[in-house]
Amino acid sequence: MNVNPYLFMPELFTFLIIALLFVQAVGSVTMREKVGVWLPIMSGIGVVVALLSVGQEGLVFKGAYRVDPLSQFFKVAIAIGYFITVLNASRQPTLEREKRSDYFLFLAMSTWGLMMLASCVELISMYLALELSSYSLYAVIALRSKSKMAAEAAVKYIMFGAVATALALYGFSYILAGMHTTYLAELVQKTWTFEAAPMAVTGMALFLAGMFYKLALFPFHFWCPDVYEGTSNETAAFVATLPKLGAVVILIRLATMFKPGYDITTLLAVLGALSMTFGNLAALVQKDVKRILGYSSVAHAGYIMIGLVAGTAEGLAAASFYALAYVAMNLTCFWVVSRVSVDGRNLQLDDLNGLHKRAPALAFALAVGAFALVGLPPMAGFMGKLFLFSASWNHGYNWLIIIAGINTAISIYYYLGMVRHAYTKDEDAEVLMPDASTFSCVGAVFLSILVLGLGLMPSNIFDFALQVGTIMP
Amino acid sequence: MQEVAYPVLTSLVFFPLLAAFGLFFLRGDNTVRIYTLVVSVIELALSFPLFAGFKLESAAFQFVERATWVSRWGIEYYLGTDGISFLMVILTIAVLPLCVLCSWTYITTRIKEFHFCLLFMTAACVGVFTSLDLVLFYVFWEAMLIPMYLLIAVWGGPEKKYASLKFFLYTLAGSALLLVAIVAFRVAGGTFAIPELMEKTFSFGFQFWAFLALALAFAIKVPMFPFHTWLPAAHVQAPTAGSVILASVLLKMGTYGFLRFNLPLTPAASEYFAPLMIAISIAGIIYGGVVALGQNDIKKVIAYSSVGHMGFVTLGIFLFNLRGLEGALFQMLNHGITTGGLFMMIGAIYERSHSREISDNLGLGKYMPAYMFFWGLFALSSFGFPGTNSFVGEILVFVGAFEQNPWVGALMVPGAMVAAAYMLRISLKLAWGRPSTWKQWSDLNKREWTYLLIPAVFVFYIGLAPGLCFKVMDASLVKLSNDVQTKSKLVSIENEKPLEMALNSLKGIVK
Repeated sequence: MNVNPYLFMPELFTFLIIALLFVQAVGSVTMREKVGVWLPIMSGIGVVVALLSVGQEGLVFKGAYRVDPLSQFFKVAIAIGYFITVLNASRQPTLEREKRSDYFLFLAMSTWGLMMLASCVELISMYLALELSSYSLYAVIALRSKSKMAAEAAVKYIMFGAVATALALYGFSYILAGMHTTYLAELVQKTWTFEAAPMAVTGMALFLAGMFYKLALFPFHFWCPDVYEGTSNETAAFVATLPKLGAVVILIRLATMFKPGYDITTLLAVLGALSMTFGNLAALVQKDVKRILGYSSVAHAGYIMIGLVAGTAEGLAAASFYALAYVAMNLTCFWVVSRVSVDGRNLQLDDLNGLHKRAPALAFALAVGAFALVGLPPMAGFMGKLFLFSASWNHGYNWLIIIAGINTAISIYYYLGMVRHAYTKDEDAEVLMPDASTFSCVGAVFLSILVLGLGLMPSNIFDFALQVGTIMP
Repeated sequence: MQEVAYPVLTSLVFFPLLAAFGLFFLRGDNTVRIYTLVVSVIELALSFPLFAGFKLESAAFQFVERATWVSRWGIEYYLGTDGISFLMVILTIAVLPLCVLCSWTYITTRIKEFHFCLLFMTAACVGVFTSLDLVLFYVFWEAMLIPMYLLIAVWGGPEKKYASLKFFLYTLAGSALLLVAIVAFRVAGGTFAIPELMEKTFSFGFQFWAFLALALAFAIKVPMFPFHTWLPAAHVQAPTAGSVILASVLLKMGTYGFLRFNLPLTPAASEYFAPLMIAISIAGIIYGGVVALGQNDIKKVIAYSSVGHMGFVTLGIFLFNLRGLEGALFQMLNHGITTGGLFMMIGAIYERSHSREISDNLGLGKYMPAYMFFWGLFALSSFGFPGTNSFVGEILVFVGAFEQNPWVGALMVPGAMVAAAYMLRISLKLAWGRPSTWKQWSDLNKREWTYLLIPAVFVFYIGLAPGLCFKVMDASLVKLSNDVQTKSKLVSIENEKPLEMALNSLKGIVK
């Protein structure tokens, strides 16, 4: 078998990073501390590599691994996300110095798993990639120095993850029994109604549960706010964004079999509606910024469902675009959280008071990120929502769009709360001095520009995402 | 459609925005103020091509600019103006220098950010009035919330946090379904471009729900009774310039939305809902007037009077005859001039007495004659005294109402009378009340003269010679009222059971 290595350059490059980190992790303590020097540069090169490999297409490993616009789009997004999270975590205050290289090693492993997940078109390889991306996170979440909460969060994540994995595997056996194949290309040609294939539909529902766990979609979201709260800010930034991309890409691959009107599609729509409503209502009463972001990500998982149930290429493209926008705006918010919390504590809303005086660039970035999450123009979130709505209107799930519209109104309050604290409240005496160094301000401004740019000039990226929507698995 | 070589509207929208970023390179408070004033005067100068090139007899959109923005969805950067939006654009631009002048000594903290918000606000408002693409309209419509929120929340009065939050939540919640409606129009009509959607006819069931979704957003913005509760809170807490922009420009966006979207796009539903809209407009007129009568805070009086005045506007809009529409558009302009003037007067007196209570500002006639002259002028204009601008608008709405149905006209009369009552009550106390202690406040200075004289001139100009404004708006309004009359007939309402049709189509929409 001739395999062209150019097909999976991003994965290979990530593997190179893993190898280097491994060498460093088994080295002496002084050697381990130097990880912050070269890793940001390497992960930056990783983004370039991912961009260069856009346009590659091929089917390798006996048809289980597919390189196409969809996978490359998401690999770029994952590479960018990894780059930003590495920068974000490079000065983590709650991480012992000797554990640094291990920490980044696990993050890189998880990223590697997600990149492979973007290309898998066969259920078993999908499952393996998914597990690879989860295992590393089980270890990383607990890494917050001497914090009981972090240990609790890690246990929660593992327990939930184990149950979700078991469910997925169990459902997977049903699919295999019902459809006699694990290749998506063959699976999508079958009929997925409950009457025609009850066993396979049940199996698919269970298999999806594993994905929903990654995406933190209702009712598999219970771990989400607790884990974000328990783990360190920088780890939460990773867990909140990149695994979601992996889940979205799988759902997009599967989405060709969710035709509007099927039971399984309706199930997705109902879960989406419950997710946004529950996530937004629960976020209203939170005081901890990370818990707010946790519940908000539950709500946004629901929004992404709008694009998946439409059954159109535009819908899938809109879901991809929204996933990318979501990563950008969420990383912006987490960047601010990590920079303000200089001692690694969990931020309460009151800790943001008067931020605009202490660090105007961070306050501006927070405003951009929060308003983007609301869906206010001209930020990325607005365009994402507009595309989702436009792609899905009159495709059988209009009630879902109306619920999403009403949910936007609900969500204003708590997103605005963050901005309100940063801009209109006066700080207390013993307030945290945020990190207002050049590094933190430049990062904040860069991320704000990214979010605004996606909102003002979405045309090219959406056209690229549209290629994603027009391919079969 | 008339194409132009030089993008006038784009320059009007983006010049203030770009100039706003220039503020960050300036040092010194007065430098910032002078810079913003110069920018606002340049912005006025940039609008001269509009006056020069506007064709009075044409009902079509003029100064049109079109460019693709997001090709896949057919979202365009599409600007244009006609007789309905022309006056609003001019009003928006003209209010900006007045806002800078009346904040000169009023705003003493974070001056740079304040002027940034003013310029940002102006850009977004001009954008709202000139967008001919639904998505672009929505972008400007929402973008304007952020600076307005900050104006109230940062520079407002003691209850500013509550008021600004209420304003933001109310208006944004109202426009949540506006986005869904915009998407529905795109799917049903195949385009986001407003002029092209105006040519299409939608089924009654679709119009019914689209009307409601649009009307919710616009009614909150106007604000119509019973959605008006955010307005007094926001007005009372906002700084002077914030109140002026709120009253003069922001409230007009709601009524502009009715004229630009509800009537042309959902004519049959507008006709169906007209009795309801007229009823709540009259309720708003009477309610606003009666509540204003009982207020002891000068700003609250004017805020509640706004509810009443905007009731006149929405009433005129839903009369569907030319007189009513003309009156409504006139009242939009007049309310901007008069109420803007009154809010600036309140700002001026607040700077002297540091109180907005009527009882703390009694007897101004003795030692502030110039102030009282202007106050009397704007007060007379406010309740539509003949010879002032509001008289023209109000009489047109009255005539339109009596043409439509004498009962509607009759019901408006108490509202107009109450308006005279509360304005005269407050004016009497301000002019001849007996203050507890005599204070030596200086009369108006040159700066205050400047920013009060400009609206005062327009009070008389429009009041005595309204011809030019008529010429500007008439062609577009004639077309609008004809369109509504003819297009509402195109949609057949089977067996006269519109509600059943609407419910059936709801089942179709929410399947």
